[in-house]
Amino acid sequence: MSETTEDQNVRVAAICDQMAALEGPLLPILHEVQEEFGYIPDGALQTIAKKLNLSRAEVHGVASFYHDFREERAGKHVIKICRAEACQAMGADALGDQIRRHLKVDWSQTTADHKITLEPVFCLGLCACAPAAMVDGKLVGRVSADRILEKVGS
Amino acid sequence: MSLIKEVDYGTPAKNSEKTVTLTIDGKDVTVPEGTSVMRASMEAGIQVPKLCATDMVDAFGSCRLCLVEVEGRNGTPASCTTPASDGMVVRTQTDRLKKIRKGVMELYISDHPLDCLTCAANGDCELQDMAGAVGLRDVRYGYEGGNHVQVRQNGEENPRYMAKDETNPYFTYDPSKCIVCSRCVRACEEVQGTFALTIEGRGFESRVSPGMHENFMDSECVSCGACVQACPTATLQEKSVIEIGQPEHSVVTTCAYCGVGCSFKAEMRGEELVRMVPYKDGKANRGHSCVKGRFAYGYANHKDRILNPMIRESVDEPWQEVSWEEALRFTADKFKGIQAKYGKGALGGITSSRCTNEETFLVQKLIRAGFGNNNVDTCARVCHSPTGYGLKTTFGTSAGTQDFDSVEHTDVVILIGANPTDGHPVFASRLKKRLRQGAKLIVIDPRRIDLVRSPHIEAVAHLPLRPGTNVAVLTSLAHVIVTEGLFDEAFVRERCDWDEFQDWAAFVSDPKHSPEAIADMIGVDAETMRKAARSFATGGNGAIYYGLGVTEHSQGSTTVMAIANLAMATGNIGRPGVGVNPLRGQNNVQGSCDMGSFPHELPGYRHIQDSATRDIFEDIWGVKLDDEPGLRIPNMLDAAVDGTFKGIYIQGEDILQSDPDTKHVAAGLAAMECVVVHDLFLNETANYAHVFLPGSTFLEKDGTFTNAERRINRVRKVMTPMNGFADWEVTQNLARAMGLDWNYTHPSQVMAEIAATTPSFANVSYDLLEREGSVQWPCNAKAPTGTPVMHMDGFVRGKGKFVVTEYVATDERTGPRFPLLLTTGRILSQYNVGAQTRRTENSAWHKEDLLEIHPHDAEQRGIREGDWIRLASRSGETSLRATITDRVAPGVVYTTFHHPGTQANVITTDYTDWATNCPEYKVTAVQVSSSNGPTEWQVEYDRQAEQSRRIKPRVDAAE
Repeated sequence: MSETTEDQNVRVAAICDQMAALEGPLLPILHEVQEEFGYIPDGALQTIAKKLNLSRAEVHGVASFYHDFREERAGKHVIKICRAEACQAMGADALGDQIRRHLKVDWSQTTADHKITLEPVFCLGLCACAPAAMVDGKLVGRVSADRILEKVGS
Repeated sequence: MSLIKEVDYGTPAKNSEKTVTLTIDGKDVTVPEGTSVMRASMEAGIQVPKLCATDMVDAFGSCRLCLVEVEGRNGTPASCTTPASDGMVVRTQTDRLKKIRKGVMELYISDHPLDCLTCAANGDCELQDMAGAVGLRDVRYGYEGGNHVQVRQNGEENPRYMAKDETNPYFTYDPSKCIVCSRCVRACEEVQGTFALTIEGRGFESRVSPGMHENFMDSECVSCGACVQACPTATLQEKSVIEIGQPEHSVVTTCAYCGVGCSFKAEMRGEELVRMVPYKDGKANRGHSCVKGRFAYGYANHKDRILNPMIRESVDEPWQEVSWEEALRFTADKFKGIQAKYGKGALGGITSSRCTNEETFLVQKLIRAGFGNNNVDTCARVCHSPTGYGLKTTFGTSAGTQDFDSVEHTDVVILIGANPTDGHPVFASRLKKRLRQGAKLIVIDPRRIDLVRSPHIEAVAHLPLRPGTNVAVLTSLAHVIVTEGLFDEAFVRERCDWDEFQDWAAFVSDPKHSPEAIADMIGVDAETMRKAARSFATGGNGAIYYGLGVTEHSQGSTTVMAIANLAMATGNIGRPGVGVNPLRGQNNVQGSCDMGSFPHELPGYRHIQDSATRDIFEDIWGVKLDDEPGLRIPNMLDAAVDGTFKGIYIQGEDILQSDPDTKHVAAGLAAMECVVVHDLFLNETANYAHVFLPGSTFLEKDGTFTNAERRINRVRKVMTPMNGFADWEVTQNLARAMGLDWNYTHPSQVMAEIAATTPSFANVSYDLLEREGSVQWPCNAKAPTGTPVMHMDGFVRGKGKFVVTEYVATDERTGPRFPLLLTTGRILSQYNVGAQTRRTENSAWHKEDLLEIHPHDAEQRGIREGDWIRLASRSGETSLRATITDRVAPGVVYTTFHHPGTQANVITTDYTDWATNCPEYKVTAVQVSSSNGPTEWQVEYDRQAEQSRRIKPRVDAAE
């Protein structure tokens, strides 16, 4: 099952070829690579840089700017809890603490069984339903720790 | 003398014709449209506080310190990003602005160490200056919160703290002092064009990152120093400043490496050089530099430098240190003895393209007026002599037609046989900038050089021709242009000889010159050829830049003329943005040619047989000149082997390493009775020398260098010569010892003599150079301040001459024994034979010469990356390590020639250019095979060199 870096690079290069004609292709390519692998694999940035004729510094600058681009594969489920002002006012910090304790992870970490990744997010645009979260890409409003954990089967 | 501080206008100049007038703090200012309010203020003498702006890069608007108020507009716009407009009323200092700026500075300082007193940038820190300018007195935020400054925080390691990166030998990166203004990132992108730096992360986590969070040495950084220059704090700082301290005075001078001729401020503390900083008013480099000029000056103090004159009767003896008087008397006696015994013609000399115009002029004067013959030559023989011949024949002058600024107006460039990112890096940066603005590039080179494709630039066509087929390729490009009717008929009819053009057009139109007919022979497909020809002929202002890949061939002169034909046929001569531009190799190779270094030419390219010219010199020098052209370097060596040439004075050139067929050079030198080497180091040639006269560096003398754009730049003395004398004084003392009555007290007097005798220099004087900074020859009554672009209203020779360029394959052919073609070149960090750069930290980048070989050829021979290989040609063999790359085509191998251990010239043949004897370095048929290490020749050579370099110290008579 283990794919070599070389195989990965071939897949990344194929994505680049597909999307290079877009205007400003770097971000769409990074999204597509993350979609394909679940994260941005080692060496992918170099391949993208070469394909788009950018320096590896530039690609690193862009990829590292966005917290959404991961360097490692995420858990099976991804929980993002909003930590911005409105949610904080509605107890998001306590919610976060509860979940961290339960899963025995800190922010931006994955559980030891590689099932769940916990991430902070700053505003999901769901302030009216604070505290808000996103579980596996789906928004949830007025959440509690139990509801979140139930959704990920923990 | 004081430290030269150029004005920083904050944003680059705009050259719009239209102007706007605005009022800033009650002062009216008129500036070109598009100028920023910040720059307009500075032009009015009003400095707006700023941190992220500097005039080498475009405005960015991130520091929020340069805010101003504009009447009738809301808010406080940043002056760097706000263009000035007519009638604008700007205030740069109001209570509101003061408050904002103080707040901004307070935040900056809250995450910056307060170690100003022990900081290397103390006295040269813009952050410090701005804190002073805005009147910061208090920082309310402590270091208890998150910061990048403290190693440990609250008893624990501070995860945000990053240690210094000291991997680059010349500068350090201290992230704790960074204010994330991104000036370094933008300088790397906009000025240098390497894009090696970025800002990683976001918000408070933003950091400057070389490559992908790498250290500087492992990143794409080429160590040009632009980021260090742009940094407003001590974050990026020269190690020399950290070690020595801030300089107290500076002197503007000219770099002594390549033919770009960059102007630098030598920043000094007393006689100690603290750092070299590129000078913004330098017209060749416009404030930019490369790793060599900026940092690689350490050779001046290297322990290998020889400071005492030395003599010996025979080259198997050790050297004996002696006084200057004794060395010069010894030399003069030997030289006179040789002439008495073997005749006047048994002596000769070689001028140096590394020395000043004045020094070169004196060496050829010593030979013509003192030795009484014309046996003078220079290293241009082995590099750009075909340029001189070819351009003189077609245009009427032996030099490039443009200035470097011209590239800013170019739309399409043909680059042939040159690798500017390594050989002429500052020009490469200027070219890349233009390419990023949309100009097109066509690369003709057997090797895939960096300019073919590197971040943000890509050639529209790369013609990876087979080495040795330049003429066929250029004639074929002309074929496409003529047969497809793309030539500029109006230009040709007006400016060139129409009959000659028609002959030439008929010649190139012959179907045998079509891309289709020659595709197999040159190794480039016909469609790429046609595309390249069409792009050049129809793409707007077309300029051709070329290097030694053109000249160092058996048809070097023909290729230069083929280039000239192409430029004339497409009407690309005589205005900015076009032209034929030889990228000259050395700092003063143009100058050494101008100064009469060739055996058949007096200064100003006037033939020795022209009696009117001889009269001018005979009048001033008071001697009768020989009217017969003298010997060229290869002829001198041949004559030495034959026993008719016995003594030579070689200033600043290492012919044993740089000239072709090393064994023949060695045999020639060994056959002479008195070889005088005048150099900084015991170079390879000195192994065969009887007299060694220590030379001085460019930092130790006054004079002028003439760069590739004919620009005469001042070289200024910043320290006393360690060897006691500047090189021009040594030559003068030798002349005196030979009985000549020379009494120059300053190089300016030599320049006066040059101006008095040479029409193209008639108006040049040190006073003029002081006033103008630099001038480009011709500089005379017709062009009192020089000539940036030549042939503006007609060619110097009258009508431009088209020359039929028949391709004749070199006699050097591949065959079963030598199936591969070797071509040679340079690398960025090393310079030519490496006598200087190998004695600096530049060797961190390039420790040894490597042979580039295509994976296919390597596999056939069982060669792996890093293996020792044996490289053999019909002339000889050597060993070096291989590196496997598809930069070179199958069938082609490539190496550099910077290290004497490699002895690449043992391999090269003695084939030369038909017109000028320029050696064919760029094509040698070779075979490559596995090897265990150095060859017998290399081992024996090292032994002999070591033997020859023994020195006996001087013994005082009293002892």
